[in-house]
Amino acid sequence: MSEATPEPADAPVDDTPEPPTLYGVPLSDSRGQRVLHPSREQYVALARTLLDETYTTCSDLTAVDYLTFMGRSLPAGVTAERFEVVVNLLSIERRERIRIRVQVPADDPSVPTLFDLYPGTEAMEREVYDMFGIAFTDHPDLTRILMPEDWEGHPLRKDYEQGRIPVQFSGDFASKGGDR
Amino acid sequence: MTSIVDTIRSGNEPAQGLKPRSELTARELLREVGAVLRMSEAEAAKLGDIPVDPSEDQTMIINMGPQHPSTHGVLRLMLELQGETVLRCKPIIGYLHTGMEKQGEALTYMQGGTNVTRMDYLSPLNNELVFSMAVEQLLGIEGDIPERAVWIRMLMSELNRMASHLLFLATNGMDIGAVSMMIYGWREREEVLRFFQKVTGLRMNHNYIRPGGVAADLPAGWRDDVLELLDLIPPRLEEYDILMTGQPIWRERLQGVGVITPEEALALGATGPILRGTGVPWDLRRDQPYLRYPEMEFDVVVGSYGDAFDRYAIRLNEIRESMRIVRQILDHMPQGDYRIQNKKVTPPPRARIDESMEALIHHFKIFTEGFKVPEGEVYMAVESPRGEVGCYIASDGGPTPYRMHVRAPSFVNIQCLPHMMRGGLVADAVAVISSVDPVLGEVDR
Repeated sequence: MSEATPEPADAPVDDTPEPPTLYGVPLSDSRGQRVLHPSREQYVALARTLLDETYTTCSDLTAVDYLTFMGRSLPAGVTAERFEVVVNLLSIERRERIRIRVQVPADDPSVPTLFDLYPGTEAMEREVYDMFGIAFTDHPDLTRILMPEDWEGHPLRKDYEQGRIPVQFSGDFASKGGDR
Repeated sequence: MTSIVDTIRSGNEPAQGLKPRSELTARELLREVGAVLRMSEAEAAKLGDIPVDPSEDQTMIINMGPQHPSTHGVLRLMLELQGETVLRCKPIIGYLHTGMEKQGEALTYMQGGTNVTRMDYLSPLNNELVFSMAVEQLLGIEGDIPERAVWIRMLMSELNRMASHLLFLATNGMDIGAVSMMIYGWREREEVLRFFQKVTGLRMNHNYIRPGGVAADLPAGWRDDVLELLDLIPPRLEEYDILMTGQPIWRERLQGVGVITPEEALALGATGPILRGTGVPWDLRRDQPYLRYPEMEFDVVVGSYGDAFDRYAIRLNEIRESMRIVRQILDHMPQGDYRIQNKKVTPPPRARIDESMEALIHHFKIFTEGFKVPEGEVYMAVESPRGEVGCYIASDGGPTPYRMHVRAPSFVNIQCLPHMMRGGLVADAVAVISSVDPVLGEVDR
């Protein structure tokens, strides 16, 4: 009995709940929705696992620029980076959704593409590239999709201010000194 | 070979358009065909259903749109044609891009409704609904919404589905050549919009469904108006059946056109009538229920061929199902409050402002600063007439969303176009676009 007493003293340290994981990736709960936090290296492999686990549809792929909110809460073991790519997968068979959040550093904003697993992400990844400047490596057609081809900057970045940029359309004849 | 990432870093961004064959190597072409068709290179190579390598002088790339009357707004399609056959096709979008997601970061949660309602302007109430539900989820008040507000939301959402599908019937008819249908569809839709105007004050872009409930209670006599609608529309739908559904020209024009398989639709992320047209019974109202849909009795209409005719027939019959739901809502509509009485979220009633200092302060705070929403992020999705409309909101605890993203069903569905058109006739392109029923305001946001 007396030998057993030191153990409860250690218990609080051991009791720190092991961060929950799913498919070997940190799992968190966001308002009752399941969120997986893979690293960039785990990202495609995780998507492949989920595809096999009947998550056959990618309903949404987007990104968030956390430039001014780096202190957001993330599960232990996940380092907050400036960008975050958010993927919402849907399993029609199980009627379930699952979300993937990948941290993407500002100095190397690139993520592997999900195109070969979910062809539907093609346009969504183009949109994220257009709006955030995150490059999707091995994407078949990484071009701007919503902004004009010759647009400078990526509008949804937090350092891209609203209303401060002069209109920069290629058909802006007046500023080029020409007449119509 | 330099990677795409290096190319982009060097500032030489590639052009958006469809490249002529002569500018592409065989591998790039395959990749582009794969990209344009949204399938992997290997799958693209296996297709072999149309000439893989026609010589350049046999093909031509033409632009359809953005000012083409049948492109439902400002959609531009680059089509590579060999004779009348479409070999490749690429939708080019962005002509209506107005930065609504950026704007959404500057508007408070109170004002956000005015922004999202303008995205899919044919089903504004569904957009407001998904935005409001996402905000409520973040606030943690999703269970406290008064019953009457929930039922009003459901009533408006179903009537909106009817209005949207009626407009689809109108434009689909017009695109195929049944021009009289255009007048009929708009006429019936107008009846629904007249009801919306009575309730919300506006025909479109209502900002009626707001976080916490709805903007105002239903006006006196609303039940009679709805009953009148429910009497008016069924005989008109019978007329449409006579005019179009059974008509041989109509069937010839749509059956077997723009076919997509269930596997393709799932891989492409298509939802709504496009997915259901392939026989996949997926309707968020039934499969991931929200509001009080579990208490409603209705059928999920599915097709079996995945062609343009199935998509037409599904929408026509969804109007009937919506009317069934509306009838049940009329029986269930409870009395009570139409918005949550949480002083931090909903503005106080006008009369309270005159007598209570607290009410005045709350009113002032809500309309100047807005209410604060706890940190976190949430994704909500509801079934709009076009498919799954989703709203992803990330909050940093402030009065405006840190990031507000709308998953627009048309944006995703429109990516099915190249798939549906491949190997078809250019004359069918109009029928295919029409059957997808895109709303460009939502595609471009």
